[in-house]
Amino acid sequence: MSCQPDIKEELVFDRPAALADVPTHYCPGCQHGVIHRMVAECLEEFGLVERTIAVSSIGCSVFLYNYILVDTVEAPHGRAPAVATGVKRARTDAFVFAYQGDGDLASIGLAEIMHAANRGERISIVFVNNTVYGMTGGQMAPTTMIGQKTTTCPAGRCAEREGGPMRMAEIIASLDGVAYSSRVAVDSVKHMAQAKRALRRAFEVQVKGEGFGFVEFLATCPTNWRVSAVAANERVAKEMIPGFPLGVFKDAAKED
Amino acid sequence: MSRIVIDEERCKGCLLCAQVCPKTIIAASSRFNAKGYKVAEVPEAAKDKCTGCAACAQMCPDVAIKVWRSVKSKAKEND
Repeated sequence: MSCQPDIKEELVFDRPAALADVPTHYCPGCQHGVIHRMVAECLEEFGLVERTIAVSSIGCSVFLYNYILVDTVEAPHGRAPAVATGVKRARTDAFVFAYQGDGDLASIGLAEIMHAANRGERISIVFVNNTVYGMTGGQMAPTTMIGQKTTTCPAGRCAEREGGPMRMAEIIASLDGVAYSSRVAVDSVKHMAQAKRALRRAFEVQVKGEGFGFVEFLATCPTNWRVSAVAANERVAKEMIPGFPLGVFKDAAKED
Repeated sequence: MSRIVIDEERCKGCLLCAQVCPKTIIAASSRFNAKGYKVAEVPEAAKDKCTGCAACAQMCPDVAIKVWRSVKSKAKEND
């Protein structure tokens, strides 16, 4: 470009070095990419990249090890917190986080997450809630909202038949071993700033040895919601946030 | 001049960047990349409106946007 020579510019936004420079397999508009970037940025901020062991789960985020440049263990479906417990107990010097979706964490992995949280394991959990099973074709998840249509509840989720959506951040916050639990969204610049702060704190509680850190991210799944990426992002503010309120539900630092 | 550079081979054309741009200068182009996605672009006429706020880059799920902000003319661009 011709305008470059005498105007001083600074690069204000670039890919973090811990995030691999490769194309992702995610669908257009899927917010896993944004959350991956935030995780990579937080790891760099804390200087943890070299001593991090990630535990990836089953779901679309199964290929986490291709995108975040840290050592990764691939856990069986739902068992990421149990695997992370083992990793952390064997390698107490390592920073251990698990990255799980809602079908993984809130359904098949419910026992593992509840007990790991209750024991107060020094691990951090990044929980991505998009209200459906993304990878397997959009089936109903425990977090699917009332009235939401999925391939296994084509008429919409019915409260009498399937119960209501599970609010995991509140459930986890009620357990004694938990140092930090919050819910955030990445649908706007303001919410992304809050999300980054929450993720930092969830990592910090582990670094300081305070206890179990948990962040629930509200994210989109345009493909399985059968809407455009922009409409999916709008749905987060319109429908998801009223049903899954954002906020910090437990913070050990503020209770003293 | 503040500006963004979109990596067109990474762009999946989701247009979340266009949704959050406070100056609404990002739009779908008429080009397709190798994967068949219609990529986003800042049309030539709107390029000087960019403030380098990086909202688009933060929103991009594919981290396909780099942002340069001009140091000198910041005050001028904000009005």
